[in-house]
Amino acid sequence: MTIEALKEKITALFPAVTFEEGGQWPTVLVEPTDWHRMAGILRQNDALYFDYLFCLTCIDWKTHLTMVYHLDSTNYRHNLVVKVNLLKMNPAIETVSDIWQTANFHEREVYEMFGVNFLHHPDLRLLILPDGWEGKHPLLKDFEDPINMIKL
Amino acid sequence: MIEEIASTADGNIILNLGPQHPATHGVLHLVITINGETIQKVEPHLGYIHRSIEKMCESLTYRQFIYVTSRMDYLSSHINNHACALCVEKGLQIEIPSRSQVIRVLMDELTRIASHELWWGAMAMDLGAFTPFFHAFREREAINDIMEETCGARLTMNYMVPGGVMQDIHPNFQRRVKEFITLFKSKVGEYNELVTGNIIFQNRMKGVGNLSAADAISFGCTGPTARGSGVSCDIRKLYPYEIYEKLDFEEILESDGDSFARYMVRVREMSQSISIIEQLIDNIPEGDFQAKTKAVLKLPKGEFYQRVETARGDFGVYIVSEGGTTPYRIKYRSPGFSNLSALDHMARGSKLGDLVAMMGTLDLVIPDIDR
Repeated sequence: MTIEALKEKITALFPAVTFEEGGQWPTVLVEPTDWHRMAGILRQNDALYFDYLFCLTCIDWKTHLTMVYHLDSTNYRHNLVVKVNLLKMNPAIETVSDIWQTANFHEREVYEMFGVNFLHHPDLRLLILPDGWEGKHPLLKDFEDPINMIKL
Repeated sequence: MIEEIASTADGNIILNLGPQHPATHGVLHLVITINGETIQKVEPHLGYIHRSIEKMCESLTYRQFIYVTSRMDYLSSHINNHACALCVEKGLQIEIPSRSQVIRVLMDELTRIASHELWWGAMAMDLGAFTPFFHAFREREAINDIMEETCGARLTMNYMVPGGVMQDIHPNFQRRVKEFITLFKSKVGEYNELVTGNIIFQNRMKGVGNLSAADAISFGCTGPTARGSGVSCDIRKLYPYEIYEKLDFEEILESDGDSFARYMVRVREMSQSISIIEQLIDNIPEGDFQAKTKAVLKLPKGEFYQRVETARGDFGVYIVSEGGTTPYRIKYRSPGFSNLSALDHMARGSKLGDLVAMMGTLDLVIPDIDR
């Protein structure tokens, strides 16, 4: 499927999404409440078939957080980037670990590093940080650690 | 192996493997729930070598941050550097001289062989065969010597920079690589005689740690781990970078999805890498080894993602730039992290003694997982 056809197909299925221009892959901006339902369709739809979530991460924009999902299809080899903006205060979004199992670990990492709460995640615990870690989330921009120098 | 054992009410025993255990190849801590000999659950506890590389890179310039990436997957340091250099070049939209492209691919493939050699020796050692480790290191030393002459380093290479490579290849490079090819070809038969055909080895590997193709994709497994389940995922073939599309090589696929299939993928991949090196070693174009770039690099505002195939799979660099001299955010998508997440699924229901064989064939490098 060409990029244009892919965009048309996605617009037809999800009229509410908006496309961002300029990236290397088609990029859509989705509302947090729509994301889980949309993820299921992206995975299941025969023409889209995004079965491989190759990157899941978060960006702290100081005013808000952005979840970024990079999707690939092993059948068609087309890619899609999905972005979801979250509030800075108590960010929360539905988990997609029931759709792509790799999201389980990646979401745990985002949970501890950015403080995003993944709703209905089967096992939302610290993964990399030591047990009993308290305080801010290290990858947020306002994180300061006077003892262990992370900012160079 | 046993650090502390705790029994639970339902007769399950909790067993800690690691963080300091020879078979985890680094500081990986697995909390294993067993009932008798049968594994109920495997829970990896990560972070013993977490250095917060992503955060560190936010305050390093586009010339500096590459050096840190050598310390993630230290067995594929050239390929990590390569991904970062490509990502910066993508942002700057610069073309690099063909000489440096060929040198980069040669270095990548030598690294891949060296990494697979180490894995092969360590894998056999995990299963109790000590001799193969020395055989593997004999050939790996030859590669390290070649690297040392050209890059000055044996492990953390820091050789690929935005615009090309750090310096030209050593005058001995071509001769010594050809000597290595002859050496490797004369020895690779020993590998199969010593390990692959060994019936004890096969019994411990076949049917152990099954991973179906659908699960491999869902868990985000890549590299030889997924190719052992028949999933075509070689980034060099699917999304070619540098000069890979002009090269003649085969993507190795095995369909069984067990530990032995993953083993065979890596052993066969070494010969493919040798074939790539043979195609290039006499055809290194003359010219510059580095493009002219500004002293201070500034990426335009935007997002750049580069995928490459390391010895362990799909490695991705995701740079979010705000137009400055340092990245606003960097994400490293490390193959080992996703491959490890499939371990629990693979191990459930099998015997404790087989866990080491499964971990061995995932080819885990812990700094790559923890970052």
